[in-house]
Amino acid sequence: MAIKDNINIKDHKTTCASKILESFISPFDATVIEKLKAADVIFIGKTNMDEFAMGSSSENSIFGAVKNPYDPERVAGGSSGGSAVAVAIGACDAALGSETGGSIRQPASFTGLVGVKPTYGRVSRYGLVAYASSLDQIGAFAKTSEDAALILKTIAGHDVHDSTSAAEPVPDYDRVVGKEIKGLKIGLPEEYFAEGLDPEIRSGIMNAVRQLEKEGAKIETFSLPQTRYAIATYYIIATAEASSNLARYDGVRYGYRAQDAGDLNEMYEKTRSEGFGEEVKRRILLGTYVLSAGYYDAYYKKAMQVRRLIKDELNSAFQKYDAIITPTTPTTAFRLGEKIDDPLTMYLMDIYTVTANLAGICAMNAPVGKNSDRLPFGLQIMAPAFKEECLFQLGAFFEK
Amino acid sequence: MEYEVVIGLEVHTQLLTESKIFCGCSTKFGSEPNTQTCPVCLGMPGVLPVLNRKVVEFAVRLGLATHCQIRRNNRFARKNYFYPDLPKGYQISQFEEPICENGYVEIETENGKKRVGLIRIHMEEDAGKSVHDEAYVGSEETLIDLNRCGVPLLEIVSAPDIRSPHEAHAYLTKLRQLVRYLEISDGNMEEGSFRCDANISVRPVGQAALGTRTELKNMNSFAHVQKALDYEINRQINLLKNGKQVEQNTLLWDPQKNEARPMRGKEESHDYRYFPEPDLVPVFLDAPWFDSIKNALPELPDKKFERFLSQYNLPAYDTAILTESRDLADYFEQVAKHFTDYKMISNWMLGEVARTLNEQKITINEFPLTPQRLASLLKAIDGNVISTSAAKKVFEYLLSNEVSVDEAIEKLGLKQISDESRIEAYVDQVLSEFTNEVQAYKNGKTKVIGFLVGQVMRLSKGKANPQMVSSLLRKKLEA
Repeated sequence: MAIKDNINIKDHKTTCASKILESFISPFDATVIEKLKAADVIFIGKTNMDEFAMGSSSENSIFGAVKNPYDPERVAGGSSGGSAVAVAIGACDAALGSETGGSIRQPASFTGLVGVKPTYGRVSRYGLVAYASSLDQIGAFAKTSEDAALILKTIAGHDVHDSTSAAEPVPDYDRVVGKEIKGLKIGLPEEYFAEGLDPEIRSGIMNAVRQLEKEGAKIETFSLPQTRYAIATYYIIATAEASSNLARYDGVRYGYRAQDAGDLNEMYEKTRSEGFGEEVKRRILLGTYVLSAGYYDAYYKKAMQVRRLIKDELNSAFQKYDAIITPTTPTTAFRLGEKIDDPLTMYLMDIYTVTANLAGICAMNAPVGKNSDRLPFGLQIMAPAFKEECLFQLGAFFEK
Repeated sequence: MEYEVVIGLEVHTQLLTESKIFCGCSTKFGSEPNTQTCPVCLGMPGVLPVLNRKVVEFAVRLGLATHCQIRRNNRFARKNYFYPDLPKGYQISQFEEPICENGYVEIETENGKKRVGLIRIHMEEDAGKSVHDEAYVGSEETLIDLNRCGVPLLEIVSAPDIRSPHEAHAYLTKLRQLVRYLEISDGNMEEGSFRCDANISVRPVGQAALGTRTELKNMNSFAHVQKALDYEINRQINLLKNGKQVEQNTLLWDPQKNEARPMRGKEESHDYRYFPEPDLVPVFLDAPWFDSIKNALPELPDKKFERFLSQYNLPAYDTAILTESRDLADYFEQVAKHFTDYKMISNWMLGEVARTLNEQKITINEFPLTPQRLASLLKAIDGNVISTSAAKKVFEYLLSNEVSVDEAIEKLGLKQISDESRIEAYVDQVLSEFTNEVQAYKNGKTKVIGFLVGQVMRLSKGKANPQMVSSLLRKKLEA
């Protein structure tokens, strides 16, 4: 397996693709690494990513951009782009990535892989370098749903080191592979199929959905109106938490320290100005702003309220549907450099994926085909919290 | 014009938990710098806090003892600021929802009992220490010791109900007594486990609106608090008397120079950007947990004081000293199980015992005499086996010798002579030797009897029962 470089392996570097942690060696194993080691997994290496998992293209990295194996002119997606490519080119059987707003599902879609974001709390975050604590979750890339299910079974479960990890028992996820889908109720939220979606992706997904229908699944279109607030909500909460989580990179104890500072404040300023990349600085500034006195109620507090509405809306949809199917991304892999100077457009790449993180439910990209440029794309399956079995069941069906 | 002083105190008390609030590191004081640390309290990338539930229990104990409302569903918040001794760049604390609110502490003032309100008590983690030691580094460099980082604290915020440095002292004394009774903190101000900041303002008597306040920090002993408050109150009153304004400011007390200096503006203009700590789940105090904490509360100082007054019929002065600490009170009660002249126990504890503790700089727990041995000693006096003055010698001997009271009396040869015929022999000898004094007594100078008693005691090497000596002398002189 390959491991995204924001997950700690003892005595190895954890750089988060950042200059500020370029030389940092972790003194401990992440809980997921301990579990994989216990299962005799061989680690082939750490993988490139967007700096501190902030990005949707794996271009924000001190090591340079990750390229898409289907077209080296294009991005692999992000932020877990390196892990996606490692699996896509067959360098390893599977890889760990991390999600905050789609960082596994989107690159999985761009590289034709299964990419699963488990329920918040399903997998311990201990040893995952925090970006946005209430959204972060470790997940996996694999060629098949069965492989992904096996990996999740290995890494999931309660951890005494992570209070937010769930006590929920871990089922044998791989047992559902091949299980009949007859009688499953599937919802298609119309907002996810509206303007901005690549028509080839739309028709690819609708083809897959028709297969489900043929096998006896019940398909219904419905509405998730709060979805339109998801991106705004996400970028307020994620950046607020990030501004605090990244405060520890100050040059005092470990990592990069600017050398020519005259006093403490200058040392902080220079270290952080030189050590962080543009996108990280942008998000820290945004997050600092939304938490500031006088703005907290209007931004952070409001975003938390909207997050609750989004969660409630999804949960009530799950009263009716076993799973929700949407596109994973509005387009296939875009060109390197195409969106890097336009953060807002880049942020919109997460439009279909952030809701699952905000609601804390589980979701997965299942590859469904390639477009006329031979670029892969997938569909997104969302299921209620702790119903990952449904993701693997449907994923395995599409693979068949 | 007369001015009224308004003081509110903010106390941080370090908790006596075995381990830190969010990791398993020891909280022991005084270890080598940076030896009691782990990736969690060092704020390494990827770590997460896990709450030590003992901290919640300790907070509830103090909340119950100070008549607070206790919040059942508790959340933590991040207080964000940069400082080298704060590894995560934020302190995990509580903000909008403190665990305890709206309590009070009762203090004694010149005008009787008074309640000082408590606005809140909340749980938080301590930061590390910045050490400036030119033996190791240059004057421009700072050393960081992170042993203290993550040690649990309770922050206790009083209402602005305190009206004098004297009341502030009484409040702090009471609060320290409480944390010690509850065994949640050692309350040691000099070692920094009990720290106090003050908000101070003055206003003309009769004015309802509060004056502009200043915040006073770095008062590291009870004496500093008194001095610093006096200093700042005088400074503010002088400003107002001269038609000047008090500036809202944070001041640092300098105990060497006996003055308070304003902190640099940069250090105090913080926007802490509080927000709920996403790495911790809310901790819920359910009924069984809450009840088990409540039921395990010890008898509190005020109750113990009242009980000692009535049960042992002791003067208020004695009772106040004996119940000052739980250990002293427990010691008294252990002695009282074996010996029932309670006032006599109290006299000895406030006298010889207290003197010994002072001289040897030890606590009652380290005192070499068990309550049982002290009781035997007092019984020996009571039963006329030894005189009080002999008992003091026996007491000294017992302090450094592991022997029983009887053995000590035997060894020192201090057994009192209560045999009337032997005492009579001494008395007769003295009466025949000191004829001048005998004559003086008979002439009405009865005070001379003291001298004659002394001579008998000298003759008996201090062993004669002094009561018997004096009554026999009197009998013979007046015959």
